[in-house]
Formats: sequence, C-alpha cells, structure tokens
Amino acid sequence: MATYSTSEFKSGMKIMQDGDPCTIVENEFVKPGKGQAFSRVKIKNLKTGRVVDRTFKSGESVEAADVMETELQYLYTDGEFWNFMDAETFEQIAADATAVGDSYKWLKEQDMITVTLWNGVPIAITPANFVNLTVTETDPGLKGDTASGGGKPATLETGAVVRVPLFIEIGELLKIDTRSGEYVSRAKD
Amino acid sequence: MPDYCPSPSYRELLQRRATMYAQIRQFFAERNVLEVETPIFSESGNTDPAISSVIADFSYASEKRSDIRYAHTSPEFPMKRLLANGSGAIYQICKVFRKEESGRLHNPEFSMLEWYRPGLKYHQLMDEITELLKMLGVASAVERVSYAELFQLHLKLDVLNASVDDLKNCARKSGLDVVGFDDDYDAWSSMLLANLIEPELGKDKPFFVYDYPLSQAALANTCEENNVAERFELYINGVEIANGYQELTDAEVYRCRFEQDNKKRKASGLPEIKIDMRLLNDLKSGFPDSSGVALGLDRLLMAITGAVRISDVLSFDFHNI
Repeated sequence: MATYSTSEFKSGMKIMQDGDPCTIVENEFVKPGKGQAFSRVKIKNLKTGRVVDRTFKSGESVEAADVMETELQYLYTDGEFWNFMDAETFEQIAADATAVGDSYKWLKEQDMITVTLWNGVPIAITPANFVNLTVTETDPGLKGDTASGGGKPATLETGAVVRVPLFIEIGELLKIDTRSGEYVSRAKD
Repeated sequence: MPDYCPSPSYRELLQRRATMYAQIRQFFAERNVLEVETPIFSESGNTDPAISSVIADFSYASEKRSDIRYAHTSPEFPMKRLLANGSGAIYQICKVFRKEESGRLHNPEFSMLEWYRPGLKYHQLMDEITELLKMLGVASAVERVSYAELFQLHLKLDVLNASVDDLKNCARKSGLDVVGFDDDYDAWSSMLLANLIEPELGKDKPFFVYDYPLSQAALANTCEENNVAERFELYINGVEIANGYQELTDAEVYRCRFEQDNKKRKASGLPEIKIDMRLLNDLKSGFPDSSGVALGLDRLLMAITGAVRISDVLSFDFHNI
C-alpha cells in the first residue's frame, strides 16, 4: 500500500482519511525554532466535499488514495445512473446520483466531463466551466429590451433553470457558467 | 551586452536588506559589540533533537579516512568558545543551515544575527533588542508576557503544571484535529502555542514571551525556584523572530543537556550527534555570566517590508537556485 510522509504533502495530493478519499487543499509547514515540527493541512473529502483542518506531527505517514481524474464523454441517463464513455477505449462507466450531485443540471449528451474515479469508481464529476445549452421554456421575449436589469427564469434542455435577460427566447443557445449557475451570453453553435 | 536593468521592486528589496545590515552594524559599533566570524563547518554538531544538520563531506579522495562535518545550525558553539576565551561582547551575521525546514516561513539556509552580552541579564538583553527594533523602525515598544501568563490568558491553562492529558483536553475543547503527537508534553504545548496562540500574538505590536517550561530549556539557564527556564522568544505579527537565553555557564550542565538530547535522538530513531568536546573544554576555562540571542534576519526583513513569505525577501529561494 502506497503511503506519503508529511514531508511529501503538497496541494492536490490524494490521500485516505477517515476511510474516504481526500485531496490536500493546502499544506503549511510549522516549526518552532526549538521544538516539534508539524504540518497544518486543509483536507477536502472528495465524496462529501467537506473541508477540515488537521494537524499532523512531522514524520507521520498517511495512506495514498487511488484517485484519478479522467475526461469522459457523457452519453445518457436512465434516471438512476449517468453513463459516461472513454472516447478512446469506448469503455463505459456509470456514475450514481451521489457522485453526480447537482452537476446533473449541466450534463449535455456528447459533452466532455471530468470524472473523478476512486479505485475505478466515479465519486465526483466536474462539468466544463462553461456549457452551451438551448432554452426550452421561457416567457416571450420583449422586443427592444436589450440591456435592462431584472430578467426572467428560463428552463434549459437539461432541466436547469437560470435567470436570463428579458430578450431571450425559446430555442436560443446560451453560454452558462456552471460554477455559479449564471447566464453569460448568447452562444453561437 | 544588454543594459543591466533590474526591476524596481527587486532592486528595492536588495536595497532594504543592505540598509538593514548597515543599520545593525552601526547599532553594535555604537555599543562596542565586536563583529566576529566563525567557521561554518565543524566536526561536532547541534544535538537538539528538533533540529537536523546538513552534513558536508571534506574527505580526500586519496585517503580512506573520512572527514564528515556538520554545517552549523547557528554559530552558538564557536561564539561561546570566543566568549570563554575573553572576547567580550560579540555579534555575528551569517548564513545557517537546517535540513527538513522548508515552507512559507522557512528556507533551509537562512540569515542569522546572533549576539552575546557578558554581564547582561536576559531581561536587559530584551531591552537591547527593543532598542534595535526601534532603530530599524520596526517597533517603538515591545510587550513582555511569560509563557505561563500567555497560556493562562489565551487558553485558561496552567501550562507549567499541566499533564499531557490536560494539554490534549485543551486541544480537543478548542476544536483542534490532531494526528500523531503521542504523549509528548513539549510537542503538545508547542503545537497549542503555534496553532491557537501565535495567530493572536503581537498582531499590532511585537511580543517577548519569556520563562519557558524546564523541559524546553534548550541551553538556557534554569531557575529551579520558579520552575522555569530563563529563555525568551520575540514574536512580530505572530511570527517567531528570535530566541534568547540567560546562558548556561557550567560545562558539566552543558554536557548533561547534550547527552540528554542524544538519548532523545536515539529513542526517536534519529542519528546521535558528536558532542562538541572543544566547546566543553573551553567552557571549563571560565565562561562569563552572559545572555545571548539568535535572530532570524530574513523574517525581520519580512516584518520591515510587510512580506508574507520568506521567499519574498530572498534574492533566490531554495527552489530557485
């Protein structure tokens, strides 16, 4: 079993903590001139997303987590699982609702998605920062209104609801920031 | 040849270090403290279990006998030999080396100002450090708080009489999540200090913390009556800048401390370090009552410039050379 010593800690490293795969967000080396050295570490649980601060005495070692991130193509969902495919090997992998979380709103068929695998099983997915999605439902657009504030809700092809400007109409393709869930602009396909 | 044109901030950084050094030298010249230079490499080293020495190989390729030397982790031992030989008050500015120390506030080689004042008590040395900080424009006053007061004030803990379990409870109550500290009183207390107290220390003004637990005496004189070691540390913006002692004078006590250090090293699986017999011999010839302090110059420059990373005040840090 691979292990890492505190001296090897760095941000982005994947380790096992409390039985879950985690990533080191931040690692600070602390050493009084006359005294015990230790590492003050921010650790993010990759399954729950929870971040904890933990202090390790220098020289402690922790188990490495077999975690990798891979770019997969999103295929379809059957309501229970979301299916992805490795575009080179055509191997298919199914992610459950826990792994997909709220990101299901931004999954458009054929899009490339970052999937985090732990021991080969998906535990989290990260859509691209920006996706282009078509409006399937919204109130009629107001002619001439190009810039006023306010806006209105619009339902997109994936079921996501975002706030859009009043001039947007059904059938238009929009660029959305998946991190904030906000409308960015009209998109050209 | 292209014109040499350093960026203004880089040039400014070099200038500020040069100015600081010039001011320090002027400060000691005015006080008749002599600048000295001592060797970096020695056959014997620092036994402190918490400090790891860099080893250099001076062996001749043609000889079987090896000549392995320790790079100094501070110039303390040879400077003490000078004091024992009647040097009077001395100071040194030099590079020192510590393995396994790298981070936001650590660079494996760093600059140190170390000075010794025969005849001064450690509180008088704190006065002198305050004068130096004034001259450098770092602070106009420095508050003093004892180690015991500090723990009482911030953690409501009687640290000098606390058991390891008391320290663990304190960590738990404060919500600290800690791995691997076993039953080591000194490791727990310094972890509490670093995690819970230091971030609050001296945010707007520098602090001296003085009178440490006996088990953290290092090479400071101990005052059995008060159950403390006459040791102090200077903090600026929560960062440890200097460590000083009322110096031990008895060669036999030095020997005991070194041997204890090596026992601890052996118990933790660390290499034992050859004890400096030349130092012990010189101390026997009569070491004056003195106080002494080692001050990290890179961190002092951080305080002067407002830098948050040690690499921001170095010409080139360890990962860039």
